[in-house]
Amino acid sequence: MTSNIVLSEVEYNVVGKRHVRPDGVDKVTGRAQYGADVQLAGLLQAKVLRSPHAHARIKSLDTSAAERHPGVYAVVTAADLPFASLTREELGGDYQRLKFASNHVLATDKTLFKGHPVAAVAADSLHVAEEALNLIKVEYEVLPPAMTVKQAMKPNASLLHDDLFTSELGEMSDKPSNVASHMAFEAGDVEQGFQQADVVLEREYETASVHQGYIEPHNSTAFWNADGQLNIWCSTQGPFVVRTNVADILRHPVSKVKVTPMEIGGGFGGKITAYLEPIAALLSRKSGRPVKLLMTRTEVFEASGPAPGTWMKVKLGASRDGRITAADIFLAFEAGAYPGSPVMQGAACALACYDVPNARINGYDVVVNKPKTAAYRAPGSPQAAFAVESVIDEICEQLNVDPLEFRLRNASREGVRRVEGPVFRRIGLVECLEAARNHDHYSAPLEGPYRGRGVAAGFWFNRGFQSAVNISVNPDGTVNLIEGSVDIGGSRASIAQQAAETLGIAYEDVKPTVVDTDSIGYTMVTGGSRTTFATGWAAIEAAEDVKTQMVERAAQIWDASVDDVEYVDGVLSHKSDPELRMTFRELARQLLGTGGGITGASNVDPAGEGNGFGVHVVDVEVDPDTGKVTILRYTAVQDAGKAIHPSYVEGQMQGGVVQGIGWALNEEYFFSDQGQMMNSSFLDYRMPTALDLPMIDTVIVEVANPGHPYGVRGVGEVPIVPPLPAIASAISHAIGARINRLPANPGAVLEAMS
Amino acid sequence: MPGLVHVSTTINGNPTDFLCEPRQSLLEVLRDVLGMTGTKEGCNDGNCGACTVVLDGRIVTSCLVLGVEAQGKEVSTIEGVASPEGLHPVQLAFLENAALQCGICTPGFIVASKALLDREPDADEGRIRHWLAGNLCRCTGYDKIVRAVLDAEDKMKA
Repeated sequence: MTSNIVLSEVEYNVVGKRHVRPDGVDKVTGRAQYGADVQLAGLLQAKVLRSPHAHARIKSLDTSAAERHPGVYAVVTAADLPFASLTREELGGDYQRLKFASNHVLATDKTLFKGHPVAAVAADSLHVAEEALNLIKVEYEVLPPAMTVKQAMKPNASLLHDDLFTSELGEMSDKPSNVASHMAFEAGDVEQGFQQADVVLEREYETASVHQGYIEPHNSTAFWNADGQLNIWCSTQGPFVVRTNVADILRHPVSKVKVTPMEIGGGFGGKITAYLEPIAALLSRKSGRPVKLLMTRTEVFEASGPAPGTWMKVKLGASRDGRITAADIFLAFEAGAYPGSPVMQGAACALACYDVPNARINGYDVVVNKPKTAAYRAPGSPQAAFAVESVIDEICEQLNVDPLEFRLRNASREGVRRVEGPVFRRIGLVECLEAARNHDHYSAPLEGPYRGRGVAAGFWFNRGFQSAVNISVNPDGTVNLIEGSVDIGGSRASIAQQAAETLGIAYEDVKPTVVDTDSIGYTMVTGGSRTTFATGWAAIEAAEDVKTQMVERAAQIWDASVDDVEYVDGVLSHKSDPELRMTFRELARQLLGTGGGITGASNVDPAGEGNGFGVHVVDVEVDPDTGKVTILRYTAVQDAGKAIHPSYVEGQMQGGVVQGIGWALNEEYFFSDQGQMMNSSFLDYRMPTALDLPMIDTVIVEVANPGHPYGVRGVGEVPIVPPLPAIASAISHAIGARINRLPANPGAVLEAMS
Repeated sequence: MPGLVHVSTTINGNPTDFLCEPRQSLLEVLRDVLGMTGTKEGCNDGNCGACTVVLDGRIVTSCLVLGVEAQGKEVSTIEGVASPEGLHPVQLAFLENAALQCGICTPGFIVASKALLDREPDADEGRIRHWLAGNLCRCTGYDKIVRAVLDAEDKMKA
């Protein structure tokens, strides 16, 4: 039995091979420079004073004693943000957006979650800064919190914002509410679809707030120079997004903000928002010194992005022959303290795996007194999949149909229109379902009591967005590749491989470097499974540009027409004169003497979507005395389109699965009655350890994406989607009772069993 | 500010003296006083293992050890794992098996894995998983890390 299978149809020279990553040695020796490792002359350390209350009005704030404390260089509050001095008239339509963004960074009149920043101090050392925080006097009027969508949607709920009005299907309502928006998708005739059904099931689900759990806490170092140039070194998935956010919140020109992305210690979507950068920048402007600001682990939990807790209802109808006839779905997602949950994405993903002719999906974005939610790997999709796939599992039981067979009968394929509009091009869901069915895991006997098997499918869009790459040819025939995509899991390798393949040179001859926002064109975040797809595309186009210029140079040297020169597998040759032939390396050596060096450049924004699908199979065992669930075996199947670096594709699949296992089984924010997080450490917010897990088996399916030169689809998001429903169904089969709330921790499993 | 304390210790085989505040952890001393930033901070409360170092033969989370406790002891960090001759087999195995993604937990895993293989060169999968349960990795799901440690055993015997 092979643990990691690649079902490959097209072979390349460099693409598809398992090369050692270019940044590998630095990362196994401790030499790689992460954000917290930044050292600058005169560097100050900063700390943030945070609200102890989930919901409170700030009655007074006095920082004078902290300012006088020896070793303190600067203290800032919301009064130092430009928003404080701008009138509503001056801001016009920008008012509410900037208010939310500014207040999120530093609270003004109200604090909206425990951990909400109120003030910050820069001092000689971290310990002095901590001492100074204790000298800041804040008087709060504590308000009742709204902690869940169910609480926050009640008519008499405590309101977070007195100027937030529901966007009701695009129309603004006139009464303040915690419901920021209500959106809907509809296709076909839902009522008629349910009439055609032989079985109709309606179920309700809930999931808890979970955190991305990256091991490196947020960090930011800023230096505001006397000429207004602001330099920022930080851990981010999107240096250009940070640049935009900082420029926006500080009302500072984009051209005066340079963001240098340091190596990043995990993100999973949670390191896009600029939490610390504006504060560090203000402290630096006030002190005239560079300022470093790090979050503690508790601050990471309490004040950076959980994925939303949810409340969901799914009604599904199916015919006796196993065809879905109609779906009616209600999704209410926690946005956290400010609007912006991924409920729209959840709604668009909910039914994407299936050809459902009649469907209606209503989604609600609801503010609650928790930290503002952030993206977490396929944001919104895992929760929606938990609800929809769980109902499908029950329908399969009722109809006595094999769950993979049922999914094959209904699977989305080329030409199917999703409920929100787009029509699929060639996709690989059917191939994934078949690969799962053919895998020996699916036919292996599952013996013993309290054991169950679950299967589920999952989807993510994998959209492209903007990327830029420059490639310069060195005299020794190697190339320097400059990119704006932060390398969060081996993308230097996958980008370099695509450049090498296109140029027809060796992988080792491409030297990739990730640079700051002054040094490369606009590049969107490393996230959304876009990097290997879109930055890879930019690398291919930059390499094609290099090839064009190399052909021109060869033609010039040979005194030939460019039409007479061809470039194949890294060799330039004259089409009719076999004597005229140069390798890439031979021509590279001549460049400086024949007109100068060559740099290929590209800015891309690929249209279309990669459309990733995965199918997972999991076996669990439940301890009937304690309710503890053990994962016995796990197999993840996914269509990668083309796995540029199979090891890192497997790594994405395995890592996503294990985050999904944590989400399904233990991870959860626990809150006090007053809305304080009670488990803000890795001891109490327990993520899976090596001891909790088996090996995670993988099958990479390769159905080439017709929208990418090498067929890449992107892989990072999909693998976190199926684990929630697959594990919930496996537990349900093991104990004979459904799991309708996650996490299914031991207490919840025991309760379901009774 | 409290006075500074003079500490004499040995780090990666080199006699080392430093001054630190009594309240500074060994992690702070390594990173902020000595500039040895290979040891990483993930939680500062002993639960993630990113700051794992070896202190007199035992692996510890350096965030839970005070700098002054290093007095007269031997400290080994990630910076001492490779030699001038090249990478340690554990480091090579992590590279070749793609056992890291973001890399922030990697120094802690390598220090802990080397400490295991130094005393148990034939540790099996279950033993490796048990030994590394104090080191959190959020990227890999541990599969390739465990395989890398098994591969390192073969490399160390070769």
